[in-house]
Amino acid sequence: MRRFSLISIPYLWLLALFLVPFIIVLKISLSDSALAIPPYTPTLDFSEGWAGIKAFWSELDMENFVFLTEDDLYWKAYLSSLNIAIVSTILTLLVGFPIAYAMARAPEEWRPTLLMLIILPFWTSFLIRVYSWMGILSQEGYLNQLLLSLGIISEPLVILNTNTAVYIGIVYTYLPFMILPIYAALEKLDGSLLEAAEDLGCSRTSAFWLVTVPLSKQGIIAGSFLVFIPTLGEFVIPSLLGGSKTLMIGKVLWEEFFSNRDWPVASAVAIILLLILVIPIILFQRNEQKQREAEG
Amino acid sequence: MALDEFAPWRDPNAKPIIHFQNVTKRFGDFVAIDDLTIDIYEQEFFALLGPSGCGKTTLMRMLAGFETPTEGTILLSGEDIGPIPPNKRAVNMMFQSYALFPHLSIWDNIAFGLRRDNMPKNEVGDRVEEMLRLTRMEKFARRKPHQVSGGQRQRVALARSLAKAPKLLLLDEPLGALDKKLRQDTQFELMDIQEKTGTTFVIVTHDQEEAMTVASRVAVMDHGKIVQVATPDAIYETPNSTYVADFIGDVNLIEGKAVAQDGEKVTIAWAEGQPDIIGTSDKPFSNGKTVHFAIRPEKIAIAAEKPDGAANTIQGKVLDIAYLGNISTYHVELANGHIIKAQAANNRRISRRSFTWEDQVWLSWTDTAGILLES
Repeated sequence: MRRFSLISIPYLWLLALFLVPFIIVLKISLSDSALAIPPYTPTLDFSEGWAGIKAFWSELDMENFVFLTEDDLYWKAYLSSLNIAIVSTILTLLVGFPIAYAMARAPEEWRPTLLMLIILPFWTSFLIRVYSWMGILSQEGYLNQLLLSLGIISEPLVILNTNTAVYIGIVYTYLPFMILPIYAALEKLDGSLLEAAEDLGCSRTSAFWLVTVPLSKQGIIAGSFLVFIPTLGEFVIPSLLGGSKTLMIGKVLWEEFFSNRDWPVASAVAIILLLILVIPIILFQRNEQKQREAEG
Repeated sequence: MALDEFAPWRDPNAKPIIHFQNVTKRFGDFVAIDDLTIDIYEQEFFALLGPSGCGKTTLMRMLAGFETPTEGTILLSGEDIGPIPPNKRAVNMMFQSYALFPHLSIWDNIAFGLRRDNMPKNEVGDRVEEMLRLTRMEKFARRKPHQVSGGQRQRVALARSLAKAPKLLLLDEPLGALDKKLRQDTQFELMDIQEKTGTTFVIVTHDQEEAMTVASRVAVMDHGKIVQVATPDAIYETPNSTYVADFIGDVNLIEGKAVAQDGEKVTIAWAEGQPDIIGTSDKPFSNGKTVHFAIRPEKIAIAAEKPDGAANTIQGKVLDIAYLGNISTYHVELANGHIIKAQAANNRRISRRSFTWEDQVWLSWTDTAGILLES
């Protein structure tokens, strides 16, 4: 009984904060759009008793999901989001791994400072940081001014409102999520393993690929998921830094909700997004579990 | 008998496999190795012994190639290995932490070095199996390092470092992580494997018992210098300084003055009211020279009655008894407060021992039992 009550706490937590909102959104996605408050029908009316509930059930349908398959905007947005998420995860890994590696190799007394520098940007509002990128990347922005004054370019570069700006924004924002798990893995790496690899005939490079990379694999996987999962549904970065051509599902979702006020379609978009995310989330969980088992 | 004795260091024609020539290693201001010259011969089991910070690990890391000498040269089979990186040396090392790759199975750990040499697949397999047999780890080949015990990990580390058949195997505190019983068994196993493979072993240890057990020669180090290199029995019986005498085993050190010498017999006056000590030395000790008399506790006899005919007899009071089962160590306090340790085998039941705490006893030893040291 005690055990039951103990595990019931996290379950109740999940129920209240995840399952209930999910059911609400799922219900809206099965409803029809309407000019009303709230802007959809049917709404559950208990005053009519059993007949009311029956009528409510009969009005729910899969219409909105069918609609998503008919208009190619949606699946293009999903694919484009997937593409942007994958590319930016790889870019973040390419930028983040060397930083994490350098941090783990830095003298021990320096490491807390370096770690602090990675975490420090979180102390400023995310929105402000993304807005400041607009100031850096715009045609009259600091980056163009710098490059022009150095004579590297003669015409200002168009970066803002392109996918490049979106990648820059995503890599910048999610870099700490990549660095921290990789750093944690690399920091634990016993230096004598690399010496042993060299002693057994590895060059420095092959010791890196045969020892360092496999032993930081868990960190790389964790970091990649921590970047990939939120990036897939990212809304703020593409809408502020991206152009009209940047198609991401987060942006579509926002527009359905707030511009079109079509809550049922927006909810259907959200449900599909969630289903897509379930796969990487499960993989991520499995990776974490494997790591715990390897350590335990 | 003397003919087939293994002692290449006594043969002036023997070529050393390793030759350190005036090697110095500095880390900033700190001198880790101080102008050191030494030869190590093929098939030797050579132990570097010393307290932590004496430079023994640095010496080994220079052999492996992880450190380069600041001055001097190191020759391996006559070739200067200074510029050769660790991965190109015919030297392998067994690390103190074993440094087994946690992501690879035991089989793959042993095969790691062989694969780096692009050895054909079936030869790799044969060699790994051979190493597994040698270290009796055949049954565990598929396991990961964290799935076997500490002693087994130690054997895997040994197998991995021997797999490439190095000219020289370096062992950095190889048994440090094992408990005492396992350590003793493993020491004999190491000697067996060294004999079977004929590889030259250099072992670093701070455990003098371990060095004495396994090594053909022991080098005692202190502050980056080698204080004495000799066979284990020579190190124990004839240390060349009080440092070595004190570091290896238990010893009584008595400082005194040589007052008379008759042939090899030296008389040492060492304390007011105490009888002079008669010792033996082939070196001349001039009158009045300070001399350190070193004698091992087990060479001192302890008795309730004054023994007849001993060259040295001295009376004292039993202060402490350390009972070790097979032997006991007695701390005997002399009239002047000096404490002398004596050891005796417990060949009688303890209840039948004729003296105990606070009893007056007689200590005695022959004139050849101890040795005389100048410093």
